[in-house]
Amino acid sequence: MKHIVKIMTFLVAIIATWISLLQAAMIPQSHTWLLPLYFIVSLGCYGLFMVGVGLMQFPTCPQEAILLQQDVIEAKQFLKRKGVDVGSD
Amino acid sequence: MAEQHNKNKYSIIVPTYNERLNIALIVFLVFKHIPDVDFEIIIVDDGSPDGTQDIVKQLQQVYGDDHILLRARPRKLGLGTAYIHGLKHASGNFVVIMDADLSHHPKYLPHFIKKQMETGASIVTGTRYVRGGGVHGWTLMRKLTSRGANVLAHTLLWPGVSDLTGSFRLYKKSVLEDIISSCVSKGYVFQMEMIVRASRKGYHIEEVPITFVDRVYGSSKLGGSEIVEYLKGLVYLLVTT
Repeated sequence: MKHIVKIMTFLVAIIATWISLLQAAMIPQSHTWLLPLYFIVSLGCYGLFMVGVGLMQFPTCPQEAILLQQDVIEAKQFLKRKGVDVGSD
Repeated sequence: MAEQHNKNKYSIIVPTYNERLNIALIVFLVFKHIPDVDFEIIIVDDGSPDGTQDIVKQLQQVYGDDHILLRARPRKLGLGTAYIHGLKHASGNFVVIMDADLSHHPKYLPHFIKKQMETGASIVTGTRYVRGGGVHGWTLMRKLTSRGANVLAHTLLWPGVSDLTGSFRLYKKSVLEDIISSCVSKGYVFQMEMIVRASRKGYHIEEVPITFVDRVYGSSKLGGSEIVEYLKGLVYLLVTT
């Protein structure tokens, strides 16, 4: 099943639930009409939260730059000995 | 640690454009880190004006032209077609794709190979975004856009991997051939399309943490047009996969 179909099905299910809540009138109508808004706002907040958490936990590796420099020196020495031109690019 | 004898052959495809120094460094590091593995490095150079192909020929003198294959093209023809071109000349049963600018370090090749052998996965993809991996050389803004793009893509696509735009991957050759024929995007959206299509087709995908040292950033800023391209790519993937 294509992914978009999954998403559409999910949305249709949510809308059907919402309409049935409107009809059943268990919750006061004024609240029910606002449910889609609450849903979208929650989704937005969730997204922002995930971005924030991800940003805080963003893995960095400053030591890798140093290791890479060492690798570059080692590589250049070896290659120069073997006749490969490793002049600056 | 003794490794069971690995009877697989790995074709490492490296598309290059003006990488005369980096390609030599990469070749040295590959030989340094997987000396006991049967592999070949296929360099797909798009007519680099800086003499990259001359350097490759020198490397062939040192390492042998059975290990270093130069399969050049006349001019810049795009990343996807570079992989397809490299695939045609690949004699291994596994294919590794990696960047030529040394942001992908060959020291992770044993990790990819080991993960694949342990799990039997069809694809092993390097991820920069988990513990054990990481990025160096990105500003806060760059990290923000990367993270924002990631959250958006995950919410829309449910891709099953943590790093969608990464291009350091190990594929079973037959799997790569299968997916690449159905991908049409360009640039990093192409990398996204590959992994999303693979996920949709049910291929077994594993991840390995990698570190990514960005030495190129600064010359290629992430501008408005790139963001638009990304969003267009996401919508395309949302609708067609």
